[in-house]
Amino acid sequence: MRFLLDDEQREFARTLDGMLGSYDTTGAVRAWASGDHGPGRALWDRLAQAGVFALAVPEQHDGLGPLPLELAVAFTELGRHAVPGPLVETVAAAALLDRLGDEAAAADWLPVIASGKTVASLCLLSPDSPYALDADAADAVFVVDGDTLRLAASAGPVQPSADPARRPARPVGGTVLARGPEVVAAAAYAADIAALATAAQALGLGRALLARTIEYVRQRTQFGVAIGSFQAVKHRLADTLLALEFAQPLVHSAALALASGRASARETAAAKVTAGEAAYAASRTALQLHGALGYTDELDLSLWIRKARPLRDAWGTPAACRARVLQGADV
Amino acid sequence: MDLDFTEQEDAFRAEARDWLAAHVPGTPLPSLETAEGFAAHRQWERTLFTDRWSVVSWPEEYGGRGSSILRWLIFEEEYYAAGAPGRVSQNGINLLAPTLFEHGTQEQCTRILPRMASGEVIWAQAWSEPESGSDLASLNATAVRTDGGWLLGGQKAWSSRAAFADRAFGLFRSDPDAGRPHQGLTYLMFPLDADGVTVRPIGRLDGKPAFAELFLDDVFVPDEDVIGEPGQGWRVAMSTAGNERGLTLRSPGRFTAAADRLTALWRERADPADTALRDRVADAVIGARAYQLFTYAGASRLARGGSIGAESSLNKIFWSELDIALHETALDLLGPYGELADGAEEAPGHGSWAEGYTFSLAGPIYAGTNEIQRDIIAERLLGLPKGRR
Repeated sequence: MRFLLDDEQREFARTLDGMLGSYDTTGAVRAWASGDHGPGRALWDRLAQAGVFALAVPEQHDGLGPLPLELAVAFTELGRHAVPGPLVETVAAAALLDRLGDEAAAADWLPVIASGKTVASLCLLSPDSPYALDADAADAVFVVDGDTLRLAASAGPVQPSADPARRPARPVGGTVLARGPEVVAAAAYAADIAALATAAQALGLGRALLARTIEYVRQRTQFGVAIGSFQAVKHRLADTLLALEFAQPLVHSAALALASGRASARETAAAKVTAGEAAYAASRTALQLHGALGYTDELDLSLWIRKARPLRDAWGTPAACRARVLQGADV
Repeated sequence: MDLDFTEQEDAFRAEARDWLAAHVPGTPLPSLETAEGFAAHRQWERTLFTDRWSVVSWPEEYGGRGSSILRWLIFEEEYYAAGAPGRVSQNGINLLAPTLFEHGTQEQCTRILPRMASGEVIWAQAWSEPESGSDLASLNATAVRTDGGWLLGGQKAWSSRAAFADRAFGLFRSDPDAGRPHQGLTYLMFPLDADGVTVRPIGRLDGKPAFAELFLDDVFVPDEDVIGEPGQGWRVAMSTAGNERGLTLRSPGRFTAAADRLTALWRERADPADTALRDRVADAVIGARAYQLFTYAGASRLARGGSIGAESSLNKIFWSELDIALHETALDLLGPYGELADGAEEAPGHGSWAEGYTFSLAGPIYAGTNEIQRDIIAERLLGLPKGRR
């Protein structure tokens, strides 16, 4: 047993972090929120060159994967930088198409997803999830309705989200690509990948919120001293770190479960609820400790704060995840 | 990265499981916080020692198996899954022994460790004093130089296990003029039945004498019972506080086993429509798994040559809060039976939930309060400035 990332995985994270840090990522987020997908698509191309989407695609379709652990590593960095777009949905769509057993569909879509040419979105229709994320920006919107997979004809009108950089819309019409139990099975696997990627994204988001808040409380003074010296402030930040530190191993073990083909629904659910709650709590702490400054749209911090709640609820609400953790006979 | 055990580790797990299945008492022992229970638990320590299961991670010469930290974690998982008794020797094993391994003389190790491992000598910790809790450096009990040793004076308080234990260890102020409060302290061991020692048991919240006050009046301690250099007691005590055995204060096996029992209780008793209670059960299960995985990651870092420092403060807060949440959830599942104390004939599970609940309430207080742990995390892991407490 060696429950640690290896040097290569850590280096991959550092490379992505550096690349995203040197790009105008916040500019891309704001543009995406206003409906201008240009800078976001340019960023997408860079991520594709770094291999991010290929991690979800098997080698025979020009990918590197599927490598769930490396996906988790990558999505932690994407979350850290609040990268916009249907990132989770694209890798989940790739997972779905990979598992479907339809060679033609896989050959049509997986290489272009891996290369970044195709931005995909995915909606596993249910009363809890009627929307596809960023369908207006996606080249292909896949919809699973029961045992039927279709390629949507178009996106309905964007429904403004609490996070303006998330643009949910109801997919409309389209053509049937596949039908049958294999669609249901592939969709379940895709949902696990989506939950894992969302959990990892939340983890990175939470770490970024914590880092920015630490920086702020060290320099902001009140009553003549840095507010970071106040115990009430310290303890809130200590709890933020605590929650994130204990979420991370759950994310990694969920990735290992997916990689090994073990039953992974309970593990991804545990990771999803824990990372989601940790990131959301980090956003509340960040807002509270930034005070009125944090409550403004102008400060870039808002880009992270507004993402935390939707990420907590996307691809498995906390209640749904907790219920899933207790499903099955053995605990 | 992997979570796979080797064949040898699996075999070790199977060996531990088989041994425990054959030896764990069929009915739970009486509470170790009673005279009768203490004696029964001492006997259990002896049984464990006979087959070298009492201190698996210690070197063989002291009665251990020289096992890796990972095997120790495996053993603990099996131990608690088997419903084996609580460890009456844990103060010595977890707090004193690591210090002896690092700072003790060969003579001290040879004299003290095997008898600790066998349960022949059970140790109490004597750190705190009435005016020194989390601010341990402020302690006042004294050690005064005398011919061939030291004379201890003053008072210690909340000394765990001291009501029934044989010996105690703690820090004493040996040089009152030594500038800063954490200088001039000496780490000493002394017998609880020595002349000049008065032990006054103190009832816990459940009334059991889980700890005691110690009054010390010119208690003689020979030089051979000083650990490390006189005056360096603080450094000696702190050097082992966060080391790899800092992992061992509360092993994840306790919580994974308790979460399993909680899940069974929930399946047996809960109203399926009560999703609020279901969510709390799920959180306990997830928390236990998170703690287990976090510890595996720590063990992996150690195996690679890393160390555990202030991270142990994260551990401490996590398990202590998890422990309370887990037991509170169990009491809620028990409904009207939740209030029955251990010892009540009708108390579910021989009162183990009730006793576990009372014990869990102490978690955020001892071993450095959780407030102190949060200060440590903020200052040492997050780099925030020191301030007024």
